[in-house]
Amino acid sequence: MTHDGFGAAVSDTATMIDRSIRLTRRNVDTLFVSILLPLLMMALFVYVFGGAISTGTEYINYVVPGILLLTTGYGASNTAMAVADDMTTGMIDRLRSLPIRSFAVLTGHVTASVARNAISTAIVLLASLAMGFRPNAGPLDWLGAIGLLVLYVVALSWLAAALGVIAKSVESASTLSFFMLFVPYLSSAFVQVETMPAFLRPISQHQPITPVIETVRGFLTGTGLNGTGWVALAWCTGLFLFSFTLATVLFRRRARG
Amino acid sequence: MIVEAVGLRKSFGPTSVLEGVDLAVPEGSVLALLGPNGAGKTTIVRILTTLARPDEGHATIAGYDVVREPAKVRGVISLTGQHAAVDDNQTGLENLVMVGRLMHLGHGRARQRAQELLEQFALTGAMNRRAKTYSGGMSRRLDLAMSLVARPRVIFLDEPTTGLDPASRLTMWDAIGDLVRDGTTILLTTQYLEEADRLADRIVLLDKGRITASGTADALKTQIGGERIELYFADEVVARKAAGLLGGLADGPLLNLPSDGTAAHLHHVLDQLRDEGLLPSRVSSHRPTLDDVFLTLTA
Ligand SMILES: Nc1ncnc2c1ncn2[C@@H]1O[C@H](COP(=O)(O)OP(=O)(O)OP(=O)(O)O)[C@@H](O)[C@H]1O
Ligand SMILES: [Mg+2]
Repeated sequence: MTHDGFGAAVSDTATMIDRSIRLTRRNVDTLFVSILLPLLMMALFVYVFGGAISTGTEYINYVVPGILLLTTGYGASNTAMAVADDMTTGMIDRLRSLPIRSFAVLTGHVTASVARNAISTAIVLLASLAMGFRPNAGPLDWLGAIGLLVLYVVALSWLAAALGVIAKSVESASTLSFFMLFVPYLSSAFVQVETMPAFLRPISQHQPITPVIETVRGFLTGTGLNGTGWVALAWCTGLFLFSFTLATVLFRRRARG
Repeated sequence: MIVEAVGLRKSFGPTSVLEGVDLAVPEGSVLALLGPNGAGKTTIVRILTTLARPDEGHATIAGYDVVREPAKVRGVISLTGQHAAVDDNQTGLENLVMVGRLMHLGHGRARQRAQELLEQFALTGAMNRRAKTYSGGMSRRLDLAMSLVARPRVIFLDEPTTGLDPASRLTMWDAIGDLVRDGTTILLTTQYLEEADRLADRIVLLDKGRITASGTADALKTQIGGERIELYFADEVVARKAAGLLGGLADGPLLNLPSDGTAAHLHHVLDQLRDEGLLPSRVSSHRPTLDDVFLTLTA
């Protein structure tokens, strides 16, 4: 029975991942909603607004990458709520009074979050194919798109975990994470940046989600990356490092009274 | 001393919550922290279990400093907090196995230990139900069971029986009694004198962040008198006159007096009152409550 070293940290993390995944499985409604909402948004944009938006391509081919990112936003906001739930019930005192690594608890939540997002993103992607999405991508392009999406989801999940630690209640976690659902609308997800009013254009062009979407779109539709790939990679890595540090530091400090 | 605290102080913003608390608990004994709402009981427990830092003073558990060596401290303690800390969406069994794995018992041993504890706390029948379907008493028992997975040397129980019905309270007391027999050191908090009396070797009375008295249950009881007599008078004027005669403080038409619980003492009190024409309308006697302890010791 040892509590030191790398092996112990791995074992604690595995236990907490098991727990978070089990809790996710028991909370299918939430998972269901985080799949259903992006599907509805996709139907809305493709069938209702799509006709009025000109992007120079089939609109569905334009919008799917943005919908995929929107999906991960829904998944991540559930993560913020799950973390806030732990922080505000007695559970966190129990976990923190055990001799375990403090990042194990958050890593459990983040891993479950990534798993949830993988499922919901896959379902949304399949639905988009059924609705007429026609990617034009080779195996390496798919690999690139998936790789970037995974990195983005990991970074966003750590950000959600940090928000969950900051929040004073599950409700405020849900409010705080609202902006993760909102930011994609101010990007090139649904309309081309050039069509936006002048004051929005720089914001939209330089916010982190636009290069990620442009890159995923470039991979999937074969339109090329135009240099956005490195920008997207830099944003995702930066967001990951920032969020991971913020979440683990705050977690250790919070409730230390 | 397996638990030792010296000069603990803590404030939240401008409110001072602990004003220099000293504690010493010998290994294998039970200490009860007795105090009303807001006395600072939970704050002391949180400091000793590494969940909060004292502003001043220091504390050690089994020789490890709670601020400088929190990981070592966590290896020898366990905490059952004031609010049940179980995962509502995991079953009783899953909750226990999770803690066992976090204590690095190994999967098989964790399951085995979980089964033992489920048995001990009469939860075997409910072990495959989610904890959110448990009654308050069952959650509390599961909560305590989760604290016992790794056989800690020191157990902290923050109001372990508040909100439990008498039967569940007895089960909880039995479980605590078993731990004591195994030589575990226990620090518990409670608002009930009866509970402290029943379980603790030593009682520390806490009020507004200060220790107002401490000692064995017997010593404290002698200090405040074994029983209380309550005399209800026609009005507060009469009650005040009676207080002038017998001592004590009138609370409206009510006068509360210490007694040794004998009929002779009650007889004597009533005789004195009759001689002055101050006979009460009603009389009752009861065992001392926390209120009486505080009235007596902080008066
Ligand atoms: N995090 C905090 N921020 C501000 N005030 C706090 C905090 N924690 C505790 N307090 C205050 O400290 C005082 C003591 O609280 P504590 O929880 O230790 O009391 P207690 O003896 O456990 O009471 P109870 O019997 O109600 O559980 C209370 O007045 C409480 O409001
Ligand atoms: Mg308390």
